[in-house]
Amino acid sequence: MPQIMNPPSSSRIKVRPAAEREGRKDYITIKDYGFWYGQKKALDAISLDIPERQVVAFIGPSGCGKSTLLRNLNRMNDLVDGISHEGDITINGRSIYDPGLEVISLRRRVGMVFQKSNPFPKSIFENVVYALRVVGVRDRAVLEEACETSLRKAALWDEVKDRLDDSALGLSGGQMQRLCIARAIANRPEILLMDEPCSALDPIATGKIEELIHELKEQFTIVIVTHSMQQAARVSDRTAFFYLGKQIEYDTTEKIFMNPSQAQTEAYISGRFG
Amino acid sequence: MASSSDSSTPRGESWVWFTGLGLIIGLGMVIGLLSLVIFNGVTVFWAPQVPVAQVDDGRTIIGQLAQRRIRAGSPADHPRYELQYQVGLRELNGNSYLWVDEAKIKSETFPADVLGLERVENGPAFVRPLSLRKTDGKLIAATDAAFETAFQAEVAAASAVREKLVEITRHRIGDVNEEMDKARVALRRAEDLKLADEVADRRRQIAGLEERFAGLQAEAKKVVDGGAVASLVSKDAAGREVVVPLTQVIRAWFPNRLDTWGRVQLFFSRLGEFIFDEPREANTEGGLMPAIFGTLVMTVFMSLMVTPFGVITAIYLREYAQNGPVLRIVRISVNNLAGVPSIVFGVFGLGFFVYVLGGSIDQLFFSDQLKYNNNTPVFGTGGLLWCSLTLALMTLPVVIVATEEALAAVPRGMREASLATGASKWQTIRDILLPASAPGILTGVILAMARGAGEVAPLMLVGVVKLAPTLPFDGSAPFLHMDRKFMHLGFHVYDLGFQSPDSDAARPMVFATTLLLIFLVVCLNIGAITIRNRLRARFKGASF
Repeated sequence: MPQIMNPPSSSRIKVRPAAEREGRKDYITIKDYGFWYGQKKALDAISLDIPERQVVAFIGPSGCGKSTLLRNLNRMNDLVDGISHEGDITINGRSIYDPGLEVISLRRRVGMVFQKSNPFPKSIFENVVYALRVVGVRDRAVLEEACETSLRKAALWDEVKDRLDDSALGLSGGQMQRLCIARAIANRPEILLMDEPCSALDPIATGKIEELIHELKEQFTIVIVTHSMQQAARVSDRTAFFYLGKQIEYDTTEKIFMNPSQAQTEAYISGRFG
Repeated sequence: MASSSDSSTPRGESWVWFTGLGLIIGLGMVIGLLSLVIFNGVTVFWAPQVPVAQVDDGRTIIGQLAQRRIRAGSPADHPRYELQYQVGLRELNGNSYLWVDEAKIKSETFPADVLGLERVENGPAFVRPLSLRKTDGKLIAATDAAFETAFQAEVAAASAVREKLVEITRHRIGDVNEEMDKARVALRRAEDLKLADEVADRRRQIAGLEERFAGLQAEAKKVVDGGAVASLVSKDAAGREVVVPLTQVIRAWFPNRLDTWGRVQLFFSRLGEFIFDEPREANTEGGLMPAIFGTLVMTVFMSLMVTPFGVITAIYLREYAQNGPVLRIVRISVNNLAGVPSIVFGVFGLGFFVYVLGGSIDQLFFSDQLKYNNNTPVFGTGGLLWCSLTLALMTLPVVIVATEEALAAVPRGMREASLATGASKWQTIRDILLPASAPGILTGVILAMARGAGEVAPLMLVGVVKLAPTLPFDGSAPFLHMDRKFMHLGFHVYDLGFQSPDSDAARPMVFATTLLLIFLVVCLNIGAITIRNRLRARFKGASF
């Protein structure tokens, strides 16, 4: 019973009618996906569909594989030696392991925000437009426009518009994380992956980023990994619960938090283990 | 009551002292060495008072005190000292320096008329002037009140004449000679290939050059004949008459008459000569300009060559190479390369760079030069280029290791952030990793420079010489002559200290040169460290 969580009381959360959700097509499809670091199996038989322009939260205790799955969506794990996988992940109908698909172009479509904010040691402006620079955009006007748009979307524009040429390393922790979000959306990706984006931030900065996720949802499909049940309940439309590399339950957030079908899920969200 | 086991001194405290001791010994040695070099190197230029000493055996000595030491074989409880005087006048005395038993000196006086002279030939002289024979034949006695002013004026006039002469003989005649050499090679080639027109052209050119040469010689003769032949008549300690033509005098001073300000002026005048002039008298006198310049240019070129090469290698090793036994072996080899004695690099440089590379360059581009100029090599002999390359090779491991460390130290998040935005690996390296690791790379370059600037042994094999007639940089195209041999401060120390015919005269110069070399290396390092700190400041920020 939902004695711990009471999400619907928050006015910020709009629980969409089921019919509307049904109208959306599935955008990311993960099918029978397994993944190994060397001999160690990190993911086992994951199958889930993520509809477009929705927020999906991955929850579960540390080491359950949620970050691994997230990092596979843009093939960030390719950097690790000795990895292997089975099954398939498709984005908009095309496998991310398609030999004809370059990893670089995949990552341009799938932006990522990391747990620890990682701005480059460059100016704020250069940080935001980096993704445009790497595809060869030179036109100053285009860059400036993209910079402003992204910073506005990341709710950072008003705070930094007078010091775009200052080093990004002079920003506060929350500003840095929003800068990283602005950087990730500057080249208009289709999907935004967020790996515990608020874990190092104070509640005010966290609140700002959660509001941001709500707004970004209008344009991007967002997958967020979080350790905070409240956050998952507040921001996501759907939630997947993982445990020991297995997908225990995947459903609408409402269902997962109000009426989970698995005992393990209920135990985790009510704080009895994890 | 405090028990003994409950002592307030924590266990292991004594090790602090022990480790501190190592630091103290190290610091002590460094400070001792530096103060020795600085003291001896700076006092070289200071002009002390010069005594006139009467010795027991009836001799009189006029000379600057150089050293005081315990006589060999004197009893330890009553040591007897002997003094070394620099008396100069090598052409009369046979030696500039003289040892005298301190106990045998009857009296020491400091008469105001003692005159010190630095001369173009035969080293310095300490004399007592009698009179000045001016250009027009007039004599001014040393007792005359106008003597000193007139004397210094004549010395200055004579210096101007001497400089003019050097300009003509060394520079202008030198240029003509160089052109002549080239023309002769071209003539020989034309004759060999039976190019009648060019032979005639070249003959005419050579005739023209010979004419210019004769003209310059006549001009030089005119300067000598028409210029000052003023001379100083003086007597030495033994009372012999010494006539010194003033064109021979570089600097004259009255050591016992100078006030402190005068001595300071003299100090800086000598220091200036030391830094900005060319060496004289088998390098024991004059300046070190060519050696300073050579060291500087060679070190800068070495850094310019080792940095890109080392950085590119490190990027490949760290970012692209497949982890495995081959990579491990390569890493171990690179580290071992740092331990190879530098002379081995010299031998390699001579065998590979000079003979193989330089020889091939000569065969390919200077074959005419070889064929028609008695097989005189251009690049196939030691030179600035090969020295820089040899030292670059020697310091390569330092740069590779430093760059690898710097690349590894870039936060993983930064790398991932770049890749996640869709940047390729190369873009990530170029735009993110290299700028972020620049301070670390520069640390490697600083270490390489410090090692390279002071290295001597390999250079002796690949292009450093005792005396280079021309600087590697001059006004004739292509301005920077990488094929030329050059002088180097480190080699200069070795040459002065151990190869000099007059070791007493060379001794002070060894200290001064060492000081200069240390100073140069410190300056280069400060320059590089400043750049590094600027870079660091750019990447530093308030991280939460």
